Amino acid sequence: MEALAEWARSLYETTGINLSFIYDSWDRARFFSGLGMTIYLSVVSVILSLIIGAIGAWAQSSPLAPLRWLVNGFVTLFRNTPPLVQILFFYFGLSPLLPRVEDADGMMQPLLSSVQWAIIALSLFAGAFNIEIFRSGIEAVPNSTKEAAEALGYTRLGVYRHIVLPLALRVCLPALNNNLVNLLKVTSLAYAIAVPELLYVSKQIWTDRQNVPEMMITLLVVYVLLVGVLVWAMHRWERSLAIPGYGQGGGQ
Amino acid sequence: MSVGYEAPFRPMAVLLPPRPREPQPLPRVTMRHAILFVTAVLLVATVAHAQAPDAPAAAPAHEALTQEPATALTVIIKWLPLLMKGFLFNILISVLAMGLGTIAGLMLGLAQISQNRLLRQFAWVVTQFFRNAPWLVLLFFAMFMIPFQFNVFGYIIPFPDWVKAIIGFGLPVMANVAELLRGAIRSIPNGQWEAAESLAFSRNKTLWMIILPQCVKRMLPPWMNLYSLITMATVMANLVGVSEMLTLTAEVHAAEGGRPELLAPLYGFAMLCFFVYCWPIGRATQYLERRFHVKT
Repeated sequence: MEALAEWARSLYETTGINLSFIYDSWDRARFFSGLGMTIYLSVVSVILSLIIGAIGAWAQSSPLAPLRWLVNGFVTLFRNTPPLVQILFFYFGLSPLLPRVEDADGMMQPLLSSVQWAIIALSLFAGAFNIEIFRSGIEAVPNSTKEAAEALGYTRLGVYRHIVLPLALRVCLPALNNNLVNLLKVTSLAYAIAVPELLYVSKQIWTDRQNVPEMMITLLVVYVLLVGVLVWAMHRWERSLAIPGYGQGGGQ
Repeated sequence: MSVGYEAPFRPMAVLLPPRPREPQPLPRVTMRHAILFVTAVLLVATVAHAQAPDAPAAAPAHEALTQEPATALTVIIKWLPLLMKGFLFNILISVLAMGLGTIAGLMLGLAQISQNRLLRQFAWVVTQFFRNAPWLVLLFFAMFMIPFQFNVFGYIIPFPDWVKAIIGFGLPVMANVAELLRGAIRSIPNGQWEAAESLAFSRNKTLWMIILPQCVKRMLPPWMNLYSLITMATVMANLVGVSEMLTLTAEVHAAEGGRPELLAPLYGFAMLCFFVYCWPIGRATQYLERRFHVKT
């Protein structure tokens, strides 16, 4: 670590390439806290969006018509409006309507912080896509398979748990991966409501240090690496779960 | 015989009574409804705009202070022309970015299947890089890394912010279109290449006369989807200082006294505009997908 910092400092002195987040401890702390925030945002939003997707897909098949309309309306609305406007709408539009709470110092604070609003908005956005994806997966399971399972004496829940869900998961996995990767990329929109994630701290650093090109390239590389790791992991998972004989199952 | 489990009565398969009708899932919302809805909104808005009293621009300051604060609806109606202008600008950016990105992406996609190994790998790296970077970061990249003017042989070519924004949005479109094209070409059975070869088509001719025409059909639905996504992404230009709809929304909010309760309706209106524009595209995409029966 020390050697790396030393190298970055000498790089700055000799060539003028200012990688301040390597040699400067303050910038380093900022940069890595931003990276942590981006990862935290993505992980929490991924989990919440999966829950929203599962509940929504279940609600879409309910016999209650108003519930189905509600879910369909939610999906249509969130799929067809810009995520940035959604985030701004939640943070600036809805936040003032909520009651304020008193914090430890006796100051009146909004009920939900910008990080929490970002998580809510991102989860709802990705969740709307997940509902559609899960539903298409469940619909893709052939009826004959379900009937065959019933014929073997599975109960309704049993059919769902042991037959439909495992198959549906495999069918919708490629689309799900796409959506989750997209979610990771969309977390950079939290910049707009001052959530200190990677883009936000990078902007702080390049404003302080006047090293826009270096930070810009670092930022791109870090994001591409992050997404690359996620894509790689999901792709491996997809392959290990692939159904032989389905689509391009079994690898190629 | 199991005791706890009560088997439901099941008549033999041949004797099954006709199944009860499935409940109608949802009244299918068609393009016609969307068009009707948009027309209604436009009509009502125009009439309301015509009926609305002129903006109290000339009102003296003390009078303005004692006036009732305008409601959200009157504010939106009052500023409708300005906001719509901003929205049209968004659409202009999206169309130009899509055009630029599609042309570049088609070339990149063709480079990905080229027979030159070096070119192929270069195209692959470029595609993966721009596909995996967040759009907002690419936009920042284009904004800060492209100079505001170019000096070509003494001529100064200015590069205003919005042109840079178009390039910034064009980059991810390029990568995605390249990927779409590669996927479409791969989805065409190998047999067609071989059949064309046996008919003495050259590789170029096979590509242009047999493979690519079929790709158009396969690429169209995802391409429209991408367009809808890029339209929704254009609001991000607001964050890098291009004055588009969201910037104007914020300015309208400030001009109306910056009351916090106005923000929800104003942003809601922005959402409505994009919804009205993108939703028909989404429906058309679904329709085409069903019609063309293209998997993926």
